[in-house]
Amino acid sequence: MLASSPRLRATLLRVAQSIPVVIGVVIISFLLTRALPGDPAVYFAGVAADTASIEETRVAMGLDKPLVQQFFIYVGNLLQGDLGQSLSSGRSVAADLAKRLPASLELTLSALILAIVIAVPLGVLAATRPGTWVDHLCRVVVTAGVSLPTFFTGILLIYIFYYLLGIAPSPLGRLDFIYLDPDHVTGFYLIDAALMGDWETWRGAAKQLILPASTLALFTLAPIARMTRAAMLTALSSDFIRTARAAGLTNRTVLYRYAFRNALLPVVTTLGMVFSFALGANVLVEKVFAWPGIGSYAVEALVVSDYAAVQGFVLAMALLFVALNLVIDLLYTAIDPRIGFSSK
Amino acid sequence: MTEVSHQPAPKTRGNFDHILYVLRANPVTLIAFGMFALLIFSAVFGPSLVPYDPLATNAANALQPPSAAHWFGTDNVGRDVFSRVIVATRLDLSISVAAVALSFVVGSVLGCIAGYWGGWPDIILNRFLDTIMAFPLFVLAMGIVAALGNTIENIIYATAIINMPFYARLVRAEVNIRRDAGFARAAKLAGNSDIRVLAMHIFPNALPPMMVQVSLNLGWAILNAAGLSFIGLGVSPPTAEWGIMVAEGANFIVSGEWWLAVFPGLWLMIAVFTFNLLGDGLRDIVDPRKRT
Repeated sequence: MLASSPRLRATLLRVAQSIPVVIGVVIISFLLTRALPGDPAVYFAGVAADTASIEETRVAMGLDKPLVQQFFIYVGNLLQGDLGQSLSSGRSVAADLAKRLPASLELTLSALILAIVIAVPLGVLAATRPGTWVDHLCRVVVTAGVSLPTFFTGILLIYIFYYLLGIAPSPLGRLDFIYLDPDHVTGFYLIDAALMGDWETWRGAAKQLILPASTLALFTLAPIARMTRAAMLTALSSDFIRTARAAGLTNRTVLYRYAFRNALLPVVTTLGMVFSFALGANVLVEKVFAWPGIGSYAVEALVVSDYAAVQGFVLAMALLFVALNLVIDLLYTAIDPRIGFSSK
Repeated sequence: MTEVSHQPAPKTRGNFDHILYVLRANPVTLIAFGMFALLIFSAVFGPSLVPYDPLATNAANALQPPSAAHWFGTDNVGRDVFSRVIVATRLDLSISVAAVALSFVVGSVLGCIAGYWGGWPDIILNRFLDTIMAFPLFVLAMGIVAALGNTIENIIYATAIINMPFYARLVRAEVNIRRDAGFARAAKLAGNSDIRVLAMHIFPNALPPMMVQVSLNLGWAILNAAGLSFIGLGVSPPTAEWGIMVAEGANFIVSGEWWLAVFPGLWLMIAVFTFNLLGDGLRDIVDPRKRT
């Protein structure tokens, strides 16, 4: 069955390729938890711990055992979904992260959708009209976009739209306190509110989301627009486009049926790098807008030296990123029929 | 003998002409070089030229908007924002230059070993780099600083680690394609040791693309270090640093005191912008085909 379906085999192969990466990620995050200067048990037991509770933590985490054995205990705990206890919230880190993850995902995904919706047409326009104002605009946006510190853009947007113009709500969290949180279905407020048919709350959540999402989008726009422009230029100068034009196909068909579909492939590849930037920038944007996601959770944990929470966050982000890269590659296999028939 | 001494001259002249030509064709690169000189100037001479002590507080003169006496206004404890922004240049540039230099050296050594000898060091290096790149890089930097301890040195190490894969991969590729090149074999046959061939004959060929990478990376390293100090890592409050100044100023933006956060943020942006422009300009000089 495997042999009869090359695409399935390629998919399985790609999934298998991410296993060593996951192992590497787990090793590095294990080393990070043990690299703390001094006695790790002191850090994990917290600032207010006495000798007895430090000893308790040491035994509970297996810190009295050899390093290799500690690693297997760590992996065993991970397999049970145990990332340790958060000192600041008193709950397990995994539960805290799971509760806050939808907020981060809602922000990151809306920002990415916004960025793609703006950047891809901008890149295409810049490539098809080189030397015009669209091309120059694209170049300015691309260079400025990567130079803008996300936290600074966020603050600037708050100043302009909240303080000066007064059209944005105060930058504090996902929903103004006058609204009730929508029933928890997906954890995405926009989707949950829509499912309830509560458009008042939906509008409130959307209003809160617009500024942070735009901040993040401004940052992720740049690499996507740059790549789209470059990929479109390459595609437009290739032989099959010349053939298509010579065959008398309309400009529209040549652009969208032939050039754009081929230009899409390198753009999808860059999305991996864009995700890496977006997940990092997400932390900063969440801090600026007091967005209750996992990024601001990690920042709060850093301030009170809650190490289990910080390391749990780092590991969760890395696993999320590996999963996203896997999805992107599978998507790539799906849209490019040439890939998957020859195994690497 | 006379012929040998004559030969280098036209070549250098050609390179110089090429650089002049590129600069003339792309005035933006010239501006970037000017901005770069200005940044270096404020990093070197800034602390001795600024009108006020960057740490001197003056409660009577707090939260003043920009004026002739205080160009960028004063902050919540009456410190002069202009002096602080200029003085911070040295710290921000030092952090990023140190980090990039560290990743340049470590990346070059690892890349050379993997690219020249191949085999299992190559496989291990690639696996290791893949693992680093599997983390969202800013998040990994956060984790490293949290694990190693909250100091400026650790900010430098963390930034160096997350930048290292780019250099190691670049050097590995550049060394690998020249490993069996004629000139490398000739040098080997002439009796040079592997390490000498690698260091003196092969590695210098990787330098031009490395310089482009350095310039682009410097901007990114500054952003990264400022981002880390924005969330409260590394630099501690009274110190003048762009990221932490924006973080402190953020509390006043909702009440309209914009100058606290905007000026350090603007300077940070200008610095990053300069290095990005410089990187693009250098790439045009080094490799005109990669222009996008």
